[in-house]
Amino acid sequence: MKLAYWMYAGPAHIGTLRIASSFNNVHAIMHAPLGDDYFNVMRSMLERERNYTPVTASIVDRNVLARGSQEKVVDNIVRKDREETPDLIVLTPTCTSSILQEDLQNFVERARMDAKGDVMLADVNHYRVNELQAADRTLQQIVQFYLEKARKKGELPEGKTEKPSVNIIGLTTLGFHNNHDCTELKRLMGDLGIEVNQVIPDGASVHNLKTLPRAWFNLVPYREVGLMAAQYLETEFGMPYVGITPMGIVETARCIRKIQQVLNAQGAQVDYEDFIDTQTRFVSQAAWFSRSIDCQNLTGKKAVVFGDNTHAAAITKILAREMGIHVVLAGTYCKYDADWFREQVSEYCDQVLISDDNAQIGDAIARLEPSAIFGTQMERHVGKRLDIPCGVIAAPIHIQNFPVGYKPFVGYEGANQIVDLVYNSFTLGMEDHLLEIFGGHDTKEVITKGISAESDLNWTKEAQAELNKVPGFVRGKVKRNTEKFARDRGIAQISLEVMYAAKEAVGA
Amino acid sequence: MTVAQEPQALTFECETGNYHTFCPISCVAWLYQKIEDSFFLVIGTKTCGYFLQNAMGVMIFAEPRYAMAELEEGDISAQLNDYEELKRLCLQIKRDRNPSVIVWIGTCTTEIIKMDLEGLAPKLEGELGIPIVVARANGLDYAFTQGEDTVLAAMAARCPSQTPVAEGEKSDRNAIQKLLNFGKKKEEVVQEESEYRDHPPLVLFGSLPDPVVTQLTLELKKQGIKVSGWLPAKRYTELPVIEEGYYVAGVNPFLSRTATTLMRRRKCKLIGAPFPIGPDGTRAWIEKICSVFNIEPQGLAEREQQIWESLEDYLQIIRGKTVFFMGDNLLEISQARFLIRCGMIVPEIGIPYMDKRYQGAELALLEKTCQEMGTPLPKIIEKPDNYNQLQRIHEMQPDLVITGMAHANPLEARGINTKWSVEFTFAQIHGFTNARDILELVTRPLRRNNSLKDLGWDKLVKEDAKV
Repeated sequence: MKLAYWMYAGPAHIGTLRIASSFNNVHAIMHAPLGDDYFNVMRSMLERERNYTPVTASIVDRNVLARGSQEKVVDNIVRKDREETPDLIVLTPTCTSSILQEDLQNFVERARMDAKGDVMLADVNHYRVNELQAADRTLQQIVQFYLEKARKKGELPEGKTEKPSVNIIGLTTLGFHNNHDCTELKRLMGDLGIEVNQVIPDGASVHNLKTLPRAWFNLVPYREVGLMAAQYLETEFGMPYVGITPMGIVETARCIRKIQQVLNAQGAQVDYEDFIDTQTRFVSQAAWFSRSIDCQNLTGKKAVVFGDNTHAAAITKILAREMGIHVVLAGTYCKYDADWFREQVSEYCDQVLISDDNAQIGDAIARLEPSAIFGTQMERHVGKRLDIPCGVIAAPIHIQNFPVGYKPFVGYEGANQIVDLVYNSFTLGMEDHLLEIFGGHDTKEVITKGISAESDLNWTKEAQAELNKVPGFVRGKVKRNTEKFARDRGIAQISLEVMYAAKEAVGA
Repeated sequence: MTVAQEPQALTFECETGNYHTFCPISCVAWLYQKIEDSFFLVIGTKTCGYFLQNAMGVMIFAEPRYAMAELEEGDISAQLNDYEELKRLCLQIKRDRNPSVIVWIGTCTTEIIKMDLEGLAPKLEGELGIPIVVARANGLDYAFTQGEDTVLAAMAARCPSQTPVAEGEKSDRNAIQKLLNFGKKKEEVVQEESEYRDHPPLVLFGSLPDPVVTQLTLELKKQGIKVSGWLPAKRYTELPVIEEGYYVAGVNPFLSRTATTLMRRRKCKLIGAPFPIGPDGTRAWIEKICSVFNIEPQGLAEREQQIWESLEDYLQIIRGKTVFFMGDNLLEISQARFLIRCGMIVPEIGIPYMDKRYQGAELALLEKTCQEMGTPLPKIIEKPDNYNQLQRIHEMQPDLVITGMAHANPLEARGINTKWSVEFTFAQIHGFTNARDILELVTRPLRRNNSLKDLGWDKLVKEDAKV
């Protein structure tokens, strides 16, 4: 047992559901107790999704506990198949259902006989993998399922596309700025003259998966999701993949050079050096920023970085290499992939922290006293408590991290966005210090607020206490309305009763 | 909607139970705030923790007095000793927070692996010197607000059975302690006491925000009825005295286990009344309590009338409109009854679980309200099936759907107004004073429409309504 207040990565089934619901017309059925379907809430709320989340639960209740699911799961799969005719139904175990050790594979086999669409069981162990690992595995599983199916039917398309083309793998629903990153990556590929064969899983159709091998290579922008699928495609179809996250000016260039190498190895004869140079020096603002006086002022400032592997590693490199900021600590909660992280950031920071215990990270931040933090929502709250500004760079995230405006993290526009994020975090911190030194803003305090600030009315102790319970931002209004009510009726003493009578009368 | 001939009595149906609701462990979010010296330990998996973290949003950042005891593979396969593990965590909690009570929330996983929490608690309680209350608030058995019911039922067993003789700390709301405290402010106390009629002790149950507790207590005081205690109180150490023969009344419709426990275990008499939600409900609630104590209620009719008059601006917005309850928090019957009185039409009330005995008076009032308002009786659907409900919603196009967050945005995108049901759980909706707050919530989407009408973008999905 572990005492936990907060977790960075969710349970495994969330990863599976993120993949399933990213595809078009794929439905997930969770074998879960009542209330475990809050994934739908998260998707509907955070992503402001207009469509019903294609996830339902086959409820595990007392009866299931006593007698097993029996026909229930099969019936639910077949029913959903009829109702919505999805291309694929993914049966998703949860941590509760995995202890029941029911033969879910058998349910899937039986449901397959009656369902028109495909049915599969997500192969994830809830006690061994987290959300990210499960997402990676589920995506690979679905890709493999459809490629093997196509191969068996002899439907695998032959050869490559005429022009160089790419599959972008790993963009999912509820991923950090994934939708903006997707647009930016497509634009980048367009600029490079590379056709986008497919983007998976976001918005993809499982029927098109068989054309994946037609692309010249695969691009996996995130370390956490998509690697397994890319590695599968490499072993089965000899497709090379590029696993460099194009985040920050230097890494974007490195990613593009790798793409160039991969394409030229297949006879494309492309040269992207001019493109990289123009983008870096004249189009993107990030490189120029690093030379500007603003950025000079950031030199040697201390920062702490924490997040998932992709974002924490990329931001660490950007801060240290592109802005001259002193990264005192870089950390990740992807413990299962810690070696990769260490190897990526070791030369760019003083100290590496691999942990999913937020207290440990909070303590480290308090001890190091950086001028800015780049982390998850949790680090933002640590920052609030310690009065240190924080830029959010990775999940877990809140609704404000699903901006409506265009805010990619990858590519050249992504580099611009990151500059803003970093710069704003630090200047805010500076302003704060200056204000502290000079004793606050140089403005006169507002002494009166409205007409009835000077009160001739008495509040009883109880009423005063009750008033103090009213949240600060409406307290003044409640007070004024109550006193107005009392004055209108010639009441001199405001008691609890008067207070509530006033509320009833005027909705104070 | 098509109005068929009026049915004679309420109809009850039961669907498949494939509906969306919150897991009952969510009750820790409001109970830890209510019971200030408590610590809630949820013994479950990552799934439970992730739910709390996401469902409770920012609340978790304010140093919450709750945590997960996250079960690992070794716990599931019993390689680790439950008792030793729980002892280790509870010692840590005692050291860091020093609470007056630790509440263990059992989850689906502890049920399935049959972890004997009720057996372990008394042993550990002895060793630790802190009371440990066990509530099995799991998704196998319960929905959302029923979580509070399981906690309060467990707390009911911990209420002292005798008035304590000596009194240390004094609370201003605990009337019994006030009685004993003759030392200070003697005149005031005596004068206050004389305002009460002579009646057997009454204890109310149900967790409400403190301002609402004050309001309802004052409301009964106006009738000369003294509330001798409230389950739960602000602090665990202030749990009310419950002796055999005390009267108890519920303030929320989802407290049937607590009611049963108070009747069977504590030998209390339950006052079965409609719930004080809406001015009609509040009046009926007070009247029922008065009638049990043989007290003639004073000025209630005028008071209700006054409240209705103050609501007129909101009533104008909703009169004649239809509202569909998908069902997830068990407040549905009372809310529907209030909204029908407001002039709305309710075709369907979805509800997770329907205790016809505990909600008997409320159901009767619902039926009576429909008859008086001349509206058709709603269909009550227990354990609804959300998919079927969405079909019915798309067919009947109600003016408002009260639903969980999973369906709210998709329905809005299809031009159907929604109100999140969860907000009613956290908003102050009880008593005369808060009737306006309910309508504030109910009318919000309709008022929003007034400001956005004529813009021409009420339907925002391309193909129509494929669920």
